[in-house]
Amino acid sequence: MTTEQFEPEIIAFCCEYCSYAAADLAGSIRMSYPPNIKVILVPCSGRVDPVYLLHALEQGADGVYVTGCMEGDCHFLTGNLKAKKRVAYVRKMLDEIGIEQDRVQMFNIAASDAPEFARVAKMMTEKIRALGPNPMKKNVPSRPAQGISGP
Amino acid sequence: MIIAEHKPMKELLAMIEGFNNILMVGCKGCVTVCNAGGSKEVAILSAALRIARRRQDKPVTIDEFTLDRQCEPEFISWLDEQVKKKKYDAIMSLACSIGPQYIAEAFETVVVLPGLNTGFMGGTIEHGIWGEFCAGCGDCVIQDFGGLCPITRCAKGLLNGPCSGSVDGKCEVNKDMDCIWELIYERMKNLGQVDRLAEMIGAKDWSTSLSGGPRKIIREDLTL
Repeated sequence: MTTEQFEPEIIAFCCEYCSYAAADLAGSIRMSYPPNIKVILVPCSGRVDPVYLLHALEQGADGVYVTGCMEGDCHFLTGNLKAKKRVAYVRKMLDEIGIEQDRVQMFNIAASDAPEFARVAKMMTEKIRALGPNPMKKNVPSRPAQGISGP
Repeated sequence: MIIAEHKPMKELLAMIEGFNNILMVGCKGCVTVCNAGGSKEVAILSAALRIARRRQDKPVTIDEFTLDRQCEPEFISWLDEQVKKKKYDAIMSLACSIGPQYIAEAFETVVVLPGLNTGFMGGTIEHGIWGEFCAGCGDCVIQDFGGLCPITRCAKGLLNGPCSGSVDGKCEVNKDMDCIWELIYERMKNLGQVDRLAEMIGAKDWSTSLSGGPRKIIREDLTL
């Protein structure tokens, strides 16, 4: 597959109170955005844990991003600020292990801002397309054994 | 609790170089509370290491397991079956350094790696920030200092403080650090015991500290 033909798979964790509504609105007003984006609804961007972002990459997503409310507008007051710090933590970790930081990003999008949702989706798709496929894509492994003792 | 933090990714990667089948073991004790080695951190670190190794075209299997505690051999034995079945090259412990030592004792032929740097005995200052409160000297004397520990929290460990280095309640060693002697003074004032600070305190008996090698506490009434 050449880079020109490469169609990235991008996971977007979208907050129910803002960007998920913006995505919905974009659809309602027939505003197109790349089909590369796979939206996952979360009750708040603060619900997104670093491990979700890493697991998405590990399982072959070419890019992952989190969208939260505008700063100061979080329905749960500070969820978007927590998400921002967690995304920064994962980006730093990716840099340390030799993966392009820009595969993981955070955006703030208001519920009414469908054009911004579409712009971010297009921008992210172009950026990830330029980065090329996630090196993890080759031979995606099965999930490792996991266990927790006790109750 | 024991406060720890995970080692830098580069160090962890160097540590697992050459191993292809690893068990990462978390602990539900102190290191879960300080977000260094609980089941969530096991998931994050193992995912990051697997990603890094696949990036290097040297994929590694890292299984995840979190024990109730790693500071008791009884809990370590819960790994027996899995370690026997999966034949791991190495076990990385995300507990304080007690965990990897007990694991090393339990599994004689398996390499044991510490995933954390164990820091100190401390408490939560605020979410994400932990501070040191106790040096474990084995002979607690904080009753003489309004319940605050000058041995741990004074940069110079002074028992007859303060020194003349504090400015506006902050230590001269680090401007972000409270001068514990200022806090001790304020506390003693509130308790109406400030005159006690005029008493000279003699040299502390350090024989209860680490000077005699690793210490033990034995409770005869509890031994079997």
